[in-house]
Amino acid sequence: MNFQNLTKGIFKENPTFVLMLGMCPTLATTTSAINGIGMGAATLAVLIMSNLAISLIAQYIPAKVRIPSYIVVIAAFVSMIDLLMQAYVPDLHATLGIFIPLIVVNCIVLGRAEAFASTNGALASALDGFSIGLGFTLSLGTIGAIRELLGSGAIFGQTLIETDGILIFVLAPGAFLVLGYLMVLFNMLKKKLA
Amino acid sequence: MEYILLIVGAVLVNNILLSQFLGICPFLGVSSKVETALGMSGAVTFVIAIATLATYLLQTYILDPLGIGYMQTIAFILVIAALVQMVEIVLKKISPSLYQALGIFLPLITTNCAVLGIAILTIQKKYTLVSGVVFSVASAIGFGLAMVLFAGIREDLELNNVPKQLKGVPIALITAGILAMAFMGFSGVVKV
Amino acid sequence: MLLTLLIITFVSSAVVGFVYSLTEKPIGEVKKKKIKASIEQVIPAFDTVTTFKVADDGDSLVFYSATKNGAAVGTAIETFDNNGFSGHISIMVGFLPDGTINGVAVLSQNETPGLGAKMSEKQKEGAKPAFTTQFLGKNPINFKLAVTKDGGNVDAITASTISSRAFCLAVQRAYDALKAHQAADMDYSQLVNAE
Repeated sequence: MNFQNLTKGIFKENPTFVLMLGMCPTLATTTSAINGIGMGAATLAVLIMSNLAISLIAQYIPAKVRIPSYIVVIAAFVSMIDLLMQAYVPDLHATLGIFIPLIVVNCIVLGRAEAFASTNGALASALDGFSIGLGFTLSLGTIGAIRELLGSGAIFGQTLIETDGILIFVLAPGAFLVLGYLMVLFNMLKKKLA
Repeated sequence: MEYILLIVGAVLVNNILLSQFLGICPFLGVSSKVETALGMSGAVTFVIAIATLATYLLQTYILDPLGIGYMQTIAFILVIAALVQMVEIVLKKISPSLYQALGIFLPLITTNCAVLGIAILTIQKKYTLVSGVVFSVASAIGFGLAMVLFAGIREDLELNNVPKQLKGVPIALITAGILAMAFMGFSGVVKV
Repeated sequence: MLLTLLIITFVSSAVVGFVYSLTEKPIGEVKKKKIKASIEQVIPAFDTVTTFKVADDGDSLVFYSATKNGAAVGTAIETFDNNGFSGHISIMVGFLPDGTINGVAVLSQNETPGLGAKMSEKQKEGAKPAFTTQFLGKNPINFKLAVTKDGGNVDAITASTISSRAFCLAVQRAYDALKAHQAADMDYSQLVNAE
């Protein structure tokens, strides 16, 4: 176990900008910083638990039913998070709506189960889930903050600039544009560091 | 009239890809050629239609009467996974060339959020069985429309000199943003 | 092979069922609290509430009829419309006994953020009047519940005619149900007054 495992998700293997997985929630739930972070945190929780569970049971699962088994395990954790959020953070649950059950089909979760958890130990897998989940949360939070700022002049609901904002950024097209340009920035940054 | 409204709404106004953000992975992944985009959309339409029908019946006749609505996610994803497997087997027999072309993306339909998303939306929006199926097929057609349009644009993009940092996914996303803006123009079309 | 999948499905379902049994109560409480808060928001102070369902073209509306010291103070009605920009919207409308709208609160909606979703915005100090403010104190007898574009008295949310229309329809639905209910109840209420 090493430090690399913990930080790789933030930059080197960032799920959004490098692996380019889980695009649906990335685009759909980042209308504000808090929504982005909420979605990221829910995914983070599912990732840790599913990675942990799958690393423990992987050796007992026949190859042929591997994917369906993983999906069922992931679906179980997602349902749990869904219920817990409904009970304790109802407002966030209402805004994220359908994208909570859709964590099941987030390619990141299944991808990590398949690529990492199925062949690694429990602790390493949980850490991998944490790292990738953290990277996802940070990316979503950043996109959300930028869209919120451009769209309504606020961050975390705190008005910074008194303005009606550029509405297009909270609407669908803004999601594509912000993510596209952020990816360009990320690539440039990566090149500079390399 | 009600169905026409539903169809126009699902295909153009609330386009599943460009305004609901469901099914983005295949949208970015398989859309570099018009031909593959068409094949993918066909497969997705087929799966979405059957999946919505199956999950609707499952919800109304099994989950709701038993009071276990919270099992929705697990039950739906299992049904969809099984269906996709079936489509894969059938396609392999009927059209090996299409099967080859879609290759890795067929099993990935299971994790295409459009399929599960539409199944859940149909339940959430409280549609009847018929309007639910109409809605799902219309959404899938909207998916196909956006896919094919986008693939056409990307084919042309290949021939152009794109700035180096924008190559690949970034320019695709920005293109999608502009396409989404164009689709927003449809929001005035539907008048109740 | 199938057995493994079956076992996994079974165990997963059992675990989810367990979590459900744990969260069932808090979820119910959250919902009740939200309903209660929205009732308090839309009708004047009360001490007792009677809840009943009224059938409305294939669906039903929930009435919360409130009294204070035995006198009717108003009725909150949980109403809805399915023609929002993104489908279903659900709102709570409070009427005074004479049918005047005393308050409206949005319970759930999926409208576009920054556009139709503005219907949920509460009135802020010094800001432009919120969309819902224009309904307060109006009686649908002389206040046409339709957007100005359709010849009504409601100023639509900018660029969100469809959402605004759905909102008006939902309020209208509640008002119609209230009137129908009052008409049916007339004999009973006269009886009470006579006492």
